Amino acid sequence: MRVSLFITCYNDALFPDTGKAVVNVLERLGHQIEFRPEQTCCGQMHWNTGYLNEAVPIIRHFVNVYRDAEAVVIPSSSCVAMMRDHYMKAAEMENDAKLAADVETLLPRVYEFSEFLVRRLGVEDVGATYPHKVTYHASCHSMRSLHLGDIPIRLLKQVRGLDLQPIQNIQECCGFGGTFAIKNADVSSAMLADKVRTVLNTGAEVCTAVDNSCLMHIYGSLHRQRTYVRTAHLAEILASTASELGVAE
Amino acid sequence: MSERQWHTREFPEAAKDLLQNSQLRKNVQHATTVIQGKRNKVTAELPDWEDLRESGAQVRAHTLRHLDHYLTKFEENCTRAGGHVHWAADAAEANRIILGIVQQHSAKEVIKIKTMTSEEIGLNANLEAHGIWPIETDLAELIVQLGKDRPSHFVAPALHINKQQVRTIFQREMNLPELGDKPEDLATAARNYLREKYLRIKVAISGGNFMIADSGGVCILESEGNGRMCLTLPDVLISIIGIEKVIPSFRDLEIFLQTVPRSATGERMNPYNSVWCGVHPGDGPKEFHVVLLDNGRSPILADKESRQTLQCVRCGACLNACPVYHQTGGHAYESVYAGPIGAILTPQLLSMEKARSLPYASSLCGACYEVCPVKINIPEVLIHLRSKVVQQDQATFAGKFSLWNIGMKTAAFVFENADRLVIAERLGQIGQKPLVSKNGFIEWLPLMLNGWTQTRDLKAMPAQSFRQWWAKERGSESNGMKSTGKKNA
Repeated sequence: MRVSLFITCYNDALFPDTGKAVVNVLERLGHQIEFRPEQTCCGQMHWNTGYLNEAVPIIRHFVNVYRDAEAVVIPSSSCVAMMRDHYMKAAEMENDAKLAADVETLLPRVYEFSEFLVRRLGVEDVGATYPHKVTYHASCHSMRSLHLGDIPIRLLKQVRGLDLQPIQNIQECCGFGGTFAIKNADVSSAMLADKVRTVLNTGAEVCTAVDNSCLMHIYGSLHRQRTYVRTAHLAEILASTASELGVAE
Repeated sequence: MSERQWHTREFPEAAKDLLQNSQLRKNVQHATTVIQGKRNKVTAELPDWEDLRESGAQVRAHTLRHLDHYLTKFEENCTRAGGHVHWAADAAEANRIILGIVQQHSAKEVIKIKTMTSEEIGLNANLEAHGIWPIETDLAELIVQLGKDRPSHFVAPALHINKQQVRTIFQREMNLPELGDKPEDLATAARNYLREKYLRIKVAISGGNFMIADSGGVCILESEGNGRMCLTLPDVLISIIGIEKVIPSFRDLEIFLQTVPRSATGERMNPYNSVWCGVHPGDGPKEFHVVLLDNGRSPILADKESRQTLQCVRCGACLNACPVYHQTGGHAYESVYAGPIGAILTPQLLSMEKARSLPYASSLCGACYEVCPVKINIPEVLIHLRSKVVQQDQATFAGKFSLWNIGMKTAAFVFENADRLVIAERLGQIGQKPLVSKNGFIEWLPLMLNGWTQTRDLKAMPAQSFRQWWAKERGSESNGMKSTGKKNA
C-alpha cells in the first residue's frame, strides 16, 4: 500500500525520530511511504484554543494536500481526533459544502499509527524486539475520541523482550491539554505530578504512548526531577529490532 | 446570576490558592474517587447504558427545542392541580416573588431542600436581609451553611471537607462540645437539630429535578429523607426551578430515574423519589408555588452550538470524572456551578463578559462527555465558548495586540504554507540556542511560556527536523515528494 505520512507539526520539529520509526515499521511491513513536503499542521492548537477562524485555512490546507492519498498515517492521536471531531464542524461553520464533501471522503482514509497497523493492516506482531520494562500511557484522545481500546497494548504485547507494566489511573489526563499547560500552568502541573507518580510507581524504564505531546509533558517532569525514566513513542518501540540491537531473536 | 458576587477572580488565580490546601485536595480526591468508582460499577451493570444515555439526550434536546410548548403545558397542568406558577425573568424577580410568598405567611424561618437555583439567585442572603432565617436541611448543605462556607459540588456540597472538620463545625454551631466524629454521631446531631424544625416551620423551599409537562408534577430525587419531610410537613411549599428542567411526560422518568442516581451518587436508585402534583386536601402542603427561573437561560437556548448546555440534569458526574476538578475542587470556579458543566454554564449565565477564564479551565480530556448521562459534549461547547472569548478579545485594541493573539495569528500564518513552516523551524532551531542548557534541555522560558518551565523541562529542538531528514535521505525520488520503500518493493 502507498502510505502517506503526516508527521504533524510538533513531531516534525521536536520528535523527528518518531517519524523515522513510523517509516521504518511500515517499510518493514512492505509498504511504500511517501512524504508530502507541502504538509504543515492539522489546526488543532488554533481550534482548541478558540481560534476557529484561524484554524480554517490550516484545515483546508491539510485537505488539499491529502485529497488523493491512498492512506494517511499520523503518529499522533490528538491530531486524528482533531480531524474526526472538528473538521466537519469547520466546514459547517464556513458553510462550505465542497469542504464538507472533501472531508467526508478523505477522513475514512486517515489513520492514527497504531490503529492503522491493527485495524487497517490487521497486524499485531511487527517483529520488534525491545528488552525493557515499559508502561503505557493512554492519551485522552486515543481513548475517548479514537476509541483505540487495547490496540496499543496488543502491539506492545507482541514485542520480544518487552516487560509491560500496567499503570494506575490510566484514564486520568496527564494535564497537557495544549495551551492549557500554559494558561493553567499550576493545575496542569498538579495533574502532571499525579501522573508522574503513577508512572514511577510502575517501576518502568520507559513510558510510551501514541502521542508525543503527552510524552513531552510527562518527560518534562521526569527530567526536571532527574529520574532515569525515559519516554518513547510507540512507533519507536515497534521500530526497534533484534538485528539493530545486535541480539539474537 | 446576580445578588451574590460570583466569579471575582480568574480560574488560574483561584486554583493556585486551592492547590496549596492539601487537606482540601485530599478530601476532594478521596470523595471523587469513591463516587466515580461506584458510578462506574453501577453503570457497567446495565447492558443498555449507552442507549439510556442516548434516550436521555434526545428527550432533553427535544424538550429544549419545544421549550415554550412544554413550559406552558406544565403551567396549565400544574395550575389545574392547584399549584401556582410564577415566571421569573431574573434573580431579582425570583427573589421578590419568593420573599412575597414567605412574608404573606408571616414566616420568620423557612426550611430548605438543597437547590442550586436558590444558590444561583442568592436566595439565602436575600431572605436574611429581610429578617427571615433559611435553614438548610440537606446534611451537606447544613454543614456548609453552619460553616459559613460555599458549596463546592452540586450533588455533594461539602465534598471538600472531612468528618473531623464537620465535627468541629457542629461542636461550635450546635453547642455540642462532646460530639464524636463517627458518621452516626454526626448524623444524629444533624437529625436532632433539624427534626424540631421540620415540625415547627410552616414554609419550605425546594428546587426540582424535573417538571413533568403532561401532569404538572414536580420530581425530586434525594438520599436523606430531608426532602420528603420538607415536601410533606409544611403548609406552604415553594419550588424554584430553572425553565430548562421540564420533561414532556411522566414516562420519561423511566430513563432519568435509571441514569441520574447512577451518575450522581453511584446508586441504582435514590432512597427517596418524590413526585407530586399540585395540592390535595389533608395531604401535604396546602399551598404550592413553582417559580420558573430564566435568569440567563433563554439566550443559551438561542445559541445552537451551546444549547446542549441546558440538557444538564445536575448529576455532577462530570465533576467527579474531571481531572481538573480532582485537583482544585469546586471553589476554584468561583461559581454556583463548578466543574466542567460549571465551566460552560457559568460564563453563559453571566453573559460572556464575565467568567472568561472558565472555558479554558479544562485540558479537553473528554472525561466529562464520556460520563454525561445526557451526552452533553462539554469539550465542544468549551471550544465554542473559547472562540467567543477570542472574538471578543480581537475586537479590542489590547486584545488584538496581546502576546497571545499575535502569537496565535503568527502561528496560523506559518501553518498555512510549508515554505513558511520550514523557515519557522529553521528560526526555532537557531533562536532557541540561548535558552538551551548544557544538558540539551530548555529549563527556563520567558513570558507566558514560563508557566511550562516552572515545573517542566523541555527537550530542545533537534538540529534536524523530520522533513529535513527526509529531504536529505529520500529527497531524490520524484521531486522530493515521494519514495518507494527502501527495503521492500
